[in-house]
Amino acid sequence: MPIVLDADRIGRSLTRIAHEILERNAAHGGIDELALVGIRTRGVPLARRLAKSIHEITHQDVATGALDITLYRDDLMRTAVGAQPVIRKTEIPFSIDDRRILLVDDVLYTGRTIRAALDALIEFGRPRVIQLVVLVDRGHRELPIKADYVGKNLPTAQTQSVQVHLIEVDGRDEVEIIG
Amino acid sequence: MKKDLLGIGDLTSDEIYLILDTTEAMREIGQRPIKKVPTLRGKTIVNLFYEPSTRTRTSFEIAEKRLSADTLNIAATTSSAQKGETLADTALNIEAMAPDMIVLRHASSGAGHLLSRLCKSRIINAGDGMHEHPTQALLDAFTIREHKKRLEGLKVTIVGDLLHSRVLRSNVLLLTTLGAEVWVCGPATLLPPGIERLGVHVSTAIDEAVADADVIMMLRIQQERMHGAFFPSTREYFNTFGMTRARLAHAKPDVIIMHPGPMNRGVEIASDVADGPYSVILEQVANGVAVRMAVLYLLAGGAEGD
Repeated sequence: MPIVLDADRIGRSLTRIAHEILERNAAHGGIDELALVGIRTRGVPLARRLAKSIHEITHQDVATGALDITLYRDDLMRTAVGAQPVIRKTEIPFSIDDRRILLVDDVLYTGRTIRAALDALIEFGRPRVIQLVVLVDRGHRELPIKADYVGKNLPTAQTQSVQVHLIEVDGRDEVEIIG
Repeated sequence: MKKDLLGIGDLTSDEIYLILDTTEAMREIGQRPIKKVPTLRGKTIVNLFYEPSTRTRTSFEIAEKRLSADTLNIAATTSSAQKGETLADTALNIEAMAPDMIVLRHASSGAGHLLSRLCKSRIINAGDGMHEHPTQALLDAFTIREHKKRLEGLKVTIVGDLLHSRVLRSNVLLLTTLGAEVWVCGPATLLPPGIERLGVHVSTAIDEAVADADVIMMLRIQQERMHGAFFPSTREYFNTFGMTRARLAHAKPDVIIMHPGPMNRGVEIASDVADGPYSVILEQVANGVAVRMAVLYLLAGGAEGD
């Protein structure tokens, strides 16, 4: 089980991404136009950490929300047998209209989660821009989706699995490849 | 979850908590500008109602539409039931058109179980005779949990027509499963025989039943089901068992007053209590939609033939 990112690398990747977000959006209005939306589960703590980094750099708060995409999944009703995935709350306590939204997830793989997240997000309003932030891009896209900010590009085989562990959820910061 | 939701009696406490937690997430959808998610797209749900209903039928229909299901309503008064078709035949005919779920309200206890045996569609009991009304108990539990943050250890007093009430049965089963202390109170003529075996305290003295209650649930006097003289007059009933502000004073200061509707003002509850600050009656109605969305979602993925 090789560990591909340790706590230190994860921290530095997120700090770099925070700087990139500020650079790329600098020409388009202030921080108050930005909002971070994390995809449950592990996108949410990542979004919070990015908000913290942005605060450390600019001393300004970025609106942060959480999105549960379960009800928008394209594989939800395909399996006739078995328990339904547990739904958690979507919490976007601000208007996304005309905002520059940074959608945050841990791993970008087939792109189907992001497709669902885009559908879910657009029902809350009409953002000016949606950009995608991922900690790991492992390739094998099945939909025309691409990340704007990537912590690490990780070439993988489809038989492998990429596990992201975060302190807030799993008690440790680590990205490993299994299989 | 099983294929069908026929009663609270079939649910474990874990399943009840799963439904309540899913309800939290579903409620948020009702606060969005676009109150619709694509989850049950392409699923057909038949609302088969053999008894009059405003709240429950509307609530189910809104829940189904918010989940993008295709819904149709059959009211017995406008259906072939008027021509003498039996429930079983009606169900088999509907089943032949391959719906995914049937929501059934019927005056006979056990009607849902009959359909469950006959149909492959998932069956949701929206009230069967004097037996159960599971989604009502679930929305009541959700409303209580929201106000009290817990169910365990609460004193919940249920007052009224206990004999004819499916809401009572479902609530007693649910609240005792989750560890609440349940008191039931009503005239001796309206106490179901053996009710104490469900693990509740029984009283015919309202002041005793209401003392230090965290939650008071008033039940409707179901005159349409009463084929006898259970009490002398509605006026006397109100004087003995009606919820008034004076009686409310015996309960805890943060008590909440619930009623499953429809209310008979001046019979089981005084208007100033129903509309007063302790009343959560309209919150119950609002939460009903989210609870039903949760049940529909969870059943849609339930195991086949379970």
